[in-house]
Order: sequence, then C-alpha cells, then structure tokens
Amino acid sequence: MPEIPSSAIESSRERPRIGVYVCHCGTNIAGIVDVRAIVEFAAKLPGVVVSRDYKYMCSDPGQALIQQDIAEHHLNRVIVASCSPLLHEATFRRVLSRAGLNAFLLQMVNIREHVSWVHLNQREATEKTKDLVRAAVRRVSLHKPLQKRRVSINPHVLVVGGGIAGIHAALTLAEAGKQVYLVEREPTIGGHMAKFDKTFPTLDCAACILTPKMTAVGSHPRIHLWTYSEVVRVEGYVGNYKVKVRRKPRYVIEDLCLGCQECVTACVYKEAKNPDEFNLGLSKRKPVYLPFPQAVPQKVVIDPQTCIQFKSGKCKKTCVEACGDRKAIDFTQKETIEDIEVGTIILATGFKTFDPVRNPYYGYGRYANVYTSLEVERLINASGPTAGEIVLRDGGQPKAVGIIHCVGSRDANTNRWCSKVCCMYSLKLAHLIKERTGAEVYNFYIDMRTPGKGYEEFYDRLLDEGVHFVRGRVAEVSDWATHPSEKGRLVIRVEDTLAAFVRRIPVDMVVLSVGMEPQPDAQDVRRLFNISCSTEGWFLERHPKLAPVSTFTEGVYIAGACQGPKDIPDSVAQAGAAAAEAMALIDAQFVELEPYTAFISEDQCSGCKTCIPLCPYQAISYMEEKKKAAINEVLCKGCGTCVAGCPSGSIQQNFFEDEEIFEEIEGVLAYA
Amino acid sequence: MKYAYYPGCSLRGTGRAYEESLLAVFQALEIDLQELEDWNCCGATTYMSVDELTSYALAARNLALAERDHMNVVAPCAACYLVLNKTQRYMHDYPDIKLVVSRALAAIGLHYDDHVQVRHPLDILLHEVGLKAIAAKVKTPLKGLQVAPYYGCQIVRPYATFDDQRNPTSMDRLLEACGAKIVHYPLKTRCCGGSQKGTLPEIGLELIRHLLTEAQNNGADVIATVCPLCQFNLECFQKEAGNHNHPISMPVLYFTQLMALALGASGEAIGLQRSLIPIEPLLARKEIAYA
Ligand SMILES: Cc1cc2nc3c(=O)[nH]c(=O)nc-3n(C[C@H](O)[C@H](O)[C@H](O)COP(=O)(O)OP(=O)(O)OC[C@H]3O[C@@H](n4cnc5c(N)ncnc54)[C@H](O)[C@@H]3O)c2cc1C
Repeated sequence: MPEIPSSAIESSRERPRIGVYVCHCGTNIAGIVDVRAIVEFAAKLPGVVVSRDYKYMCSDPGQALIQQDIAEHHLNRVIVASCSPLLHEATFRRVLSRAGLNAFLLQMVNIREHVSWVHLNQREATEKTKDLVRAAVRRVSLHKPLQKRRVSINPHVLVVGGGIAGIHAALTLAEAGKQVYLVEREPTIGGHMAKFDKTFPTLDCAACILTPKMTAVGSHPRIHLWTYSEVVRVEGYVGNYKVKVRRKPRYVIEDLCLGCQECVTACVYKEAKNPDEFNLGLSKRKPVYLPFPQAVPQKVVIDPQTCIQFKSGKCKKTCVEACGDRKAIDFTQKETIEDIEVGTIILATGFKTFDPVRNPYYGYGRYANVYTSLEVERLINASGPTAGEIVLRDGGQPKAVGIIHCVGSRDANTNRWCSKVCCMYSLKLAHLIKERTGAEVYNFYIDMRTPGKGYEEFYDRLLDEGVHFVRGRVAEVSDWATHPSEKGRLVIRVEDTLAAFVRRIPVDMVVLSVGMEPQPDAQDVRRLFNISCSTEGWFLERHPKLAPVSTFTEGVYIAGACQGPKDIPDSVAQAGAAAAEAMALIDAQFVELEPYTAFISEDQCSGCKTCIPLCPYQAISYMEEKKKAAINEVLCKGCGTCVAGCPSGSIQQNFFEDEEIFEEIEGVLAYA
Repeated sequence: MKYAYYPGCSLRGTGRAYEESLLAVFQALEIDLQELEDWNCCGATTYMSVDELTSYALAARNLALAERDHMNVVAPCAACYLVLNKTQRYMHDYPDIKLVVSRALAAIGLHYDDHVQVRHPLDILLHEVGLKAIAAKVKTPLKGLQVAPYYGCQIVRPYATFDDQRNPTSMDRLLEACGAKIVHYPLKTRCCGGSQKGTLPEIGLELIRHLLTEAQNNGADVIATVCPLCQFNLECFQKEAGNHNHPISMPVLYFTQLMALALGASGEAIGLQRSLIPIEPLLARKEIAYA
C-alpha cells in the first residue's frame, strides 16, 4: 500500500472541521425533503463549520463549491447528502483529492434512494434525513486517511459458455491480441443458435453465419478452447483470478482425433439407439458420436452410460480397430484439472427453455404431436432428425398447425416475465412451416411484441402470407372431438378476444413457444464467481442502464441470455461490450482497489486461530514465532467475516472500524 | 391400517351408495375405518364463499377431533376432501388465520397442530393397499365392462396431492386391477357444472351434455365418479341432456361400487338398487356374475 503523507495524517487528527453539502437533485430530493431545514439543522451539529445546499451538487459548480470551501474554511471532513454512493462517491472523493484532502475523509448520505424516493410524507422524510445526516457527522469525525491499493491486471481472459455470446466475446478479445480461455460444458460450442435453421427477422441461415465463427474459435492461436469442461473453483480478485477447470473425459484424445467418424460407422451398434441430445431426443445416436455435423471441435465423444465397453468391458471394440494407427480412442482417459490464471472473466452461460410439462393444459408429453419450439427448430433444420422435412411423431404431415405463444412467460402461475424473443421466433417458425408444408398456421398470442429493426416489417410480411393470428390465451389442447372434423386431431380451445367468442380450432400439430428461463444451476455459478442474481435467477448487472455488462464483482462481466431474455443481435452486442470492458481494464494495466481491508491489532490477538478457517479468500495466516494471526492485505477482500468472528475483537476493518459504526448508530438513534 | 372416516353430509344423503360401497371395499381389503366421533359439516365450497374465516374454523374442528384421536382422516366426498385440505394449508401458510381459528377451537377445548393427513380413498387404495393386493382379492372380474373414469375438479385442483392435475390415472388403474376396461376420456377432469344446474340451468346442462356424449362416443358402458355432486349431475339430467335423435342412458356409479362388485359384494349391499339408471341389465349382458 502506498504511504499516506504525514501531513494528511496530521490534518485528520486535528479537531474536525466539517462541511455538509445537501443536494436538491432537481426536485428528486427537494420535492420531498425540506432541504433548507436540513442545512440549518446540520449547521448546529458539533464540528460542522459550513452547511450548504445546491441544486445539483454533482455539477461542476457544485463540486467547485466544495473545493473552494475546503480551502477557505480549512475543512478536514466533508459530508455530501445526495444520491447513492454507487453513483457519485467517486466524484466527490476526487473533489477532496483535488483540494488536497485524503479522499476517505468523505462520507456520503443517501437521501434520494433511501429517503425521497421511498417516502411520501415531507415531515417524515425531513426528520429521517436529519437522523442520517447527524449519524454521518458523528461518523466522519473518526474517519482516518486511507490509500487505495493498486494491483496489476493479468491480461488473460476466461470466457465461460460457448454460445453465440461467448463465441463473439472470445473472438473479439483474441483478435485484439489477448489470450482467451473458452470453457464450454457441452462437447461442442454453438449453444442454442447452433440448433436453429434460420434466424429472424432476415431469415438468414443460422449455420451459415454461426459456423464460420465457430471454426474461427476452434483454430484461433490465442483461444484455448476447452469443451466438455466446467469451472470448479475461482479464487483471487480483479486482475488476478486463479481458476480451476475440470475437463471431463471424452474417451477420445482430442489432439489425435481427426473427426473422420469412421469409429461411429464401425461401432458394434449397427443402429443408433440412444436419444440424441442435440436433436432433443427426436432422433437417435450411437454411444460414440459427433454432436452435429459442424460441431467444434470436430472430435467425437464416447458416452460411458451407453457404451458396451464401459458397461461390460466385453466389447469387440470395432471403433478402436477403425481408428487404427491414429489411436485416438482411450477408454482409460480420466478427468483432468487445469489451473489457469486470468485477470478478467466473462460469463456467457445462456438460458434454458421452459419445460411445458409444468403447464398440463397444453398436453405436452401426453399428445405426441405437441412440440416445443426448440424441437421444431430441429425438425425444420436441414441437418435435423428428418433432414428438414416436417414429419410428425405419428408419421404424418400437418395440414393445420397451432403455435401457442407465451408458454411459461407472462403467466403468474409460472414465469411473470416476457421472454422477448418468442413472438419473433414464432413468426419465423410460422413462415417456415407454411413454406415447407403449405399448412394453415395459427398463432395464438396475448400481444404481438415486435420492437426491433425490421421486426414489425417481418410481422407485416407474415400477415400478408396468410398466417392466422388469434388474440387470446389458449385454454387447452385436447383430443376431445365434438365434430367429425375434429376426430383424431388436436383441438385448441381459445377465447378469441377480438371476435369475443370461444373458438375450437382443430390442428394436427401444436407448437408451444416456450419462454426463456435462467439456467438451473445459475445459483451455483453465481456463487462460484461471487456475483448476484435477480429474484428470477438472471445474473445481475451492476446497473440496469449504465453498467449493463458489469457485475458487482470487479473484473467479472456478463453477456448474452444469462443476464435476461434476449435475441442474438442483443447477445452479440453485449458480448462485444463485455469484451471491451475487459480490454479497458487490461489495457489500463492496473486497477485501484478500495482500502477496506481488515487488520489485526497484535496486542489484543490471542492467537486462537478462529479467523483462519473463516476467511473465504485464504488471506489469514498464523505467525508461529509471534503466535498471532496475520492478514495478507492483497488477498483480503474486506468481507468482514473475520471481524465478526474474532472472539477478542482484535480484528478491525478499515473504514468500518467498530467505533465508526457505533458512532453512526448512536447518531441515528440520538433523536434531538 | 386404521383411519378416521369422515362421511360428510352427502354420504348420509344422496350419496348413500358411496358410503355403502366404500365400507364394503375397505372391509374386503381389511382397512379399519372408525367414524370420526361427533364430526360436523365441512362447510363445503358454499360456506367458504360466504364466510371464509368461519368456514375454516368449522372444517378445522374436524381436523382437531382427528388429531385428538391420533388418526388420519379419510374423506371420500370431493368437496369435504378439498375443504379439509384447504383449511389445513391455509392454517399452515397464514399465521393470522391459524391464530383466529386456534382461538375458536380453544373456546371448545380443542386445538390443532397440523398433525393430521387428509386422504382420499383413491390415494389410500392405490398407495397403501396397492394394485397387486387388490387384484389378488378380485372375485368377480369386471371383464368386458367399458368404464369412463370421471374425476371432476375438486380432488385434483388446486391441490394435486396424489395424482396429476389434468390427467389423473389413479381410478383408471384401480378399476383396471378389477378387470374393467378404461375408455379414452379426455374430459376426465372437466367441470360437471357443480350447482350451475340450479342457478344457470342452460350452462349447467351444456357441461353435463359434453361429459355424457363424450363417454358415449368413446364407447363407455358406465361412468365411474368420485364425487356425490358429479354423480348427481351426470345421472339425473340425462333425459334433458339427450334428445330425440341422441338419447342418453348411461349408468353413473361411484368407483367404489364397481370395485366392491369385483371384490365380491352383493348389489344390494352397495346400493345398486338406488341408481336411477340401472346397471344390472348391462352386467347381465356382459355376463358379470356378481354376488
Ligand atoms: C426456439 C428459439 C428460437 C430462437 N430463434 C432466434 C432467432 O431466430 N433469432 C434470434 O436472434 N434469436 C433467437 N432465439 C434466441 C437465441 O437463442 C438467444 O438469443 C441466444 O441463443 C443467446 O445466446 P447465449 O450465448 O447468451 O446463450 P446460449 O445459446 O444458451 O449459450 C450458452 C452456452 O453456455 C454453455 N454453458 C451454460 N452453463 C455453462 C457452465 N456453467 N459452464 C460452461 N458452459 C456453460 C451452454 O452449454 C451453451 O453452449 C431463439 C430462442 C429460442 C428458444
């Protein structure tokens, strides 16, 4: 830690001379809080030398006001009562620095988010503000000068998740000269997009635009692509993360496999028997398989659950024979752990689709010809289970198809949010189904939501093509026939809210436009990387408008659908933004950390070692010769766990010392 | 196995055949039922919609009595089953309701601590006795009898405690174990109209008509029910529901009546003679020679 100039320490020991600055924030604060009353109140508090209000404290004149007062009135402590410190603490700390004061002699009082925005009664809001200001005045008197820590940034980046977002982030960084580790859980990258045939609204072929990027990832000299792998441990802090990655055995040596698939042809199973994950169970694969033709890496995988060699050890191993001298197949492969060091991390772990079994009214899993939209993406795909032909589970071709929107979206019984992409992909599927089969296609929607460049125009086009649109939430799908024309078909019952009557529409195929949900392991992943989730389970950005790809953990960024429902253009935009944020940090070469570390007063430490296992960051060690604990400041993240756990109270935390907190509490409670 | 039997009002009134056949089935399968001493009205859904809080207290008294006797409750009537379950859940989930209801119970020297399970006969027969044990005791298999299994709403919604909300199969499986053939019946959990037939007769009748014609179209000989109100609606209005071209005449029995027949009970003992649409000729035609 850089030394704090002795003059600064001197000035902080002097009798406090405090300036209090109350911000109107236009009418945001002044509309509810009686700002003048606060100023008068603060002026009388012990230690306060000046007390002022100003329309926008954060504006240049506002800042200048404080700076001038510091010089003129020899202030050595400053209080700004305004918005959340998340927004402007840095601004006002800079003011103190410019005026020659240590930046940590500032205390902010949040009277906007914590007062004016949440109270309706002026008197109560004003009284609460007084309490908070009094608390800050008492606390700030005890503030000590502190210095930020500087740490260097490791230029390597970890990207987790190889969907379109992760792919784009990895390529952007690698192109800029950074070393990237891309960790993907599945045997191939590509994510959801790899499953689509076309993409809205332009209907360009998904593979044509995605596979060049996938191959670029696979062959880039600066991208270490680890598929079939997962991050199991993350330690360290911004600029200096130590990460453990578990690489699951694919029983094929990646460096030796050429992707020729002769082993697949040679497998003792002549027929494929196991549900094909990539085709969502709509087709079968063998125990040794390539997930899909354009998989990256082009390396086969062996599934030990279904491979005879693993089950009985008595297979003829025709696959090994077919592989011949390449010797790429290795039944003894074990999982390995890779240790890497990176400075920044981008999470792009994507989403999962809603499981429509949870909505029993639509008959998914009960009626063979009820499909999810994702299954239909595979059915329509030229490399899918039916080579792009729409053949139903019962073998027929549909003459009429119903697409039900908002399944698992905008529904108080399941998920309340709008999944944002379903209206558009439903239009896409309607177009493709009509084009391939000539069927009558019905869309059942609550509202059509098509904001986006070219999106509304696409909707218009579908209307012109003669696709039917029925506004109403479908009540049920059943095979209850009341008329010969309904016999043997699926009947959709729906209240047509535009025509104001209940309709029964017989169809041969139902497509459920399932919504987007957080990944089932989102909570585990968020804990692993020490970030937060919204109540729904989406990864939480630092600020919904102004820091959409940052998280509350420095150096960890989020991109794509793991942050919330979004389409490919938005996912790619976020991925680019996350890559740029990571690069900004890398190119700055160092980062300043808050000095909120814990420290031990050695006289009081009894050497009981209680704190050592409590520390989540392994920052505490035991000094044998002195029989005391010691905290490594670089590793300490200032979580405060050891402070609370120390039985003798000998651990304190900078900026949160006991007496500072007690003074603050007493200040709030001292009703005067 | 010993349970507190909660008949409710229906099983002593229009649903007597339900009680008679239920007792016969439980006896044949050696499940001990002991009538809950001094039980009172469950309030049904009617009271629930007039005065919710009092109706919880009314239902909770029955739960408290069962708890005092250390027994779990069997509630065959769908309305009783739902109201008792709902009361239990609301007392569990809402402390303010629990507080008021507990005070009311305390005033008559009772209390309730959430120790009682309220179970439906379908649940007990399927999960406690089991299909194998039942099949082993069948004396008169219901061979060739085509049954439409009709569950109605209250035992599966909103609380699907032992079966699927939309596509329950417990009754299907029990009757199959008794040798019957289950016909496809997609309306198995659709509304029978409840008391609509009294208040909005046209709407009520339409709902009843759907249920009956669908059973008929799918080749059912008989509809099996679990609820006295469903049974009443489906059996009593067939003449109105049908018309000259499509007359309807379909026996509607409690599932326990069919099971009891298979397990060797006599028609008389389980109230077959109480039916408005007799099933006896059909059984004779199918050569099902019950006791
Ligand atoms: C039926 C359907 C059709 C759609 N059609 C279109 C369309 O036409 N046009 C359009 O713009 N958008 C469309 N979308 C939306 C599109 O799918 C998403 O915008 C896009 O897939 C988001 O990309 P992503 O990389 O964020 O997430 P994903 O595609 O979900 O990729 C995430 C990747 O991360 C991996 N992963 C997850 N967790 C971990 C972990 N812990 N460790 C390692 N790896 C992990 C996953 O295996 C996956 O490969 C559609 C969506 C659906 C459901």
